This record gives sequence, structure tokens and C-alpha cells, in this order.
Amino acid sequence: MKFGLLVSEGPYTHQASDSAYQFVVAALAKGHEIQRVFFYHDGVNNATRLTEPPQDDRHVVNRWSALAAANKVDLVVCVAAALRRGIKEEVLAPGFRISGLGQLVDSGIKTDRLVTFGD
Amino acid sequence: MDATDETKKMSEQPTSGGSGPKVKKFMFVNRKAPYGTIYALESLEVVLIAATFDQDVSLVFIDDGVYELVKGQQTKGIGMKNFSPSYRALDGYDVEKLYVDRNSLEQRGLTEKDLLVPVEVFDAQQMGQLMAQQDVILSF
Repeated sequence: MKFGLLVSEGPYTHQASDSAYQFVVAALAKGHEIQRVFFYHDGVNNATRLTEPPQDDRHVVNRWSALAAANKVDLVVCVAAALRRGIKEEVLAPGFRISGLGQLVDSGIKTDRLVTFGD
Repeated sequence: MDATDETKKMSEQPTSGGSGPKVKKFMFVNRKAPYGTIYALESLEVVLIAATFDQDVSLVFIDDGVYELVKGQQTKGIGMKNFSPSYRALDGYDVEKLYVDRNSLEQRGLTEKDLLVPVEVFDAQQMGQLMAQQDVILSF
């Protein structure tokens, strides 16, 4: 099955990004396709390479970057939501790209399921 | 809505070529008050984009989401932009299917007359049936 994901909450405050990550790992392991992960609302904060969690905690941002590098998962950050929150090209972690909301609608059109992770 | 050539906005189509544009049923479920969090505003931004993709878009207002449509919003005191006039502009984007949950209105002492756009008021069962018909549901 072809999945699109929407992550609408920031890292650490909320489990949305963790759950989305686990979902992607599990879906890929089962042979499903992840068409895109779209970050919206405070979810855009998952994309900043300035993130520095304590060493004994998971690194939510680097984990996404590693996943993107290993599996070519398309990680897209909403430009309008990102600019509002100070997320710009120069702070993007590897594997993320900034684009428009059209990419979220495109996921809805082209996937079998668009799955939301958030409140 | 038919995806006829007349309604097709070429510049806004998804990038991939191939067969003609797919029209899916997109439902946006609005559950939050218009101010206090950004969900309502950013939901509206997705709705306007989805409309330019010529999809079959409907909006549902439920729980505190019904407050998004209330007339006479005064936001100066909290230093926020009153974005409620944008809901009036939706029909200009061919977004005309607006559904409001009856219980949510009644629990808040509101009626259809308090709302700034024409809507259909549905009970929970009707709302459930409508949701079951959708291809994509985004909940904010």
C-alpha cells in the first residue's frame, strides 16, 4: 500500500513525530511504500538541525534524516508554517526540503491512505 | 464537482503527468476554536490550496470548531488577526459544502443564524455517513 503521512506536532513535546517515525519503519519493513512525510503546524520543528537533545535521549531530527538517507523517504516541510516558526533552508537537517501545502494535497491524491499524526 | 476541462486550472495541477487528474473527496474536520491555537487558521490554508487542485472539498465544524464560523468576531483585544471573513470567500474557490454538527452548536447555545456562512446542520449519524464517503479526511 502507498502511504502519505502528516506530522502536525513538534518533537519532544508530543509523541506525534515518534509515532510517525515508528509507523514509517514498520510500514517499510512490511514492504509498503511511503510516498511522503509532510510536516505542518509545529511539526515543522522536526526539521531543524539546531536540535540538541541530551545524549541519553533519542534524536528525533537525526533519526528522520537517517531514515531519509537509507530509504529515500521524501520529508517535506510546509513553507508557510516553517517561516512563521523560524525554520528556513539554512537550518534544515539533511533529507528535509521546504515546499508548499500543495505537497500535502498531492499526497492525499496520490496515496492509498493519508495518515495524520497529531492531536 | 466534475473535473471538466472548463474547471481545470492547469497551473495548479499536481506535477506528475500521465492519466487525467484524479478527483478525490477531501474532508477537513475543524474541531478547535479559531483563536488560542493556530490549527483553525492553518486548516483554512490547506483548504484553500486543496480547492486549487480541483478536488471535491467539504468542511466539517464540530466541537469548538463551530466557533470558527460565528459572526461578529472581535479580535483586537487579543492582538490577533480576525480571519473569519475568509470563510465567506470559500464559495469563490468552489468550496460550498460546509457541515456543522448539531450537538456542538446546541451545546454552545448557538444556532445557524449566528454563523457567517450558509451551512448544513447534521446530526452525528448523518456526519458519520458523510465521513464514510470520503477518500481523505484531515482533522485539525
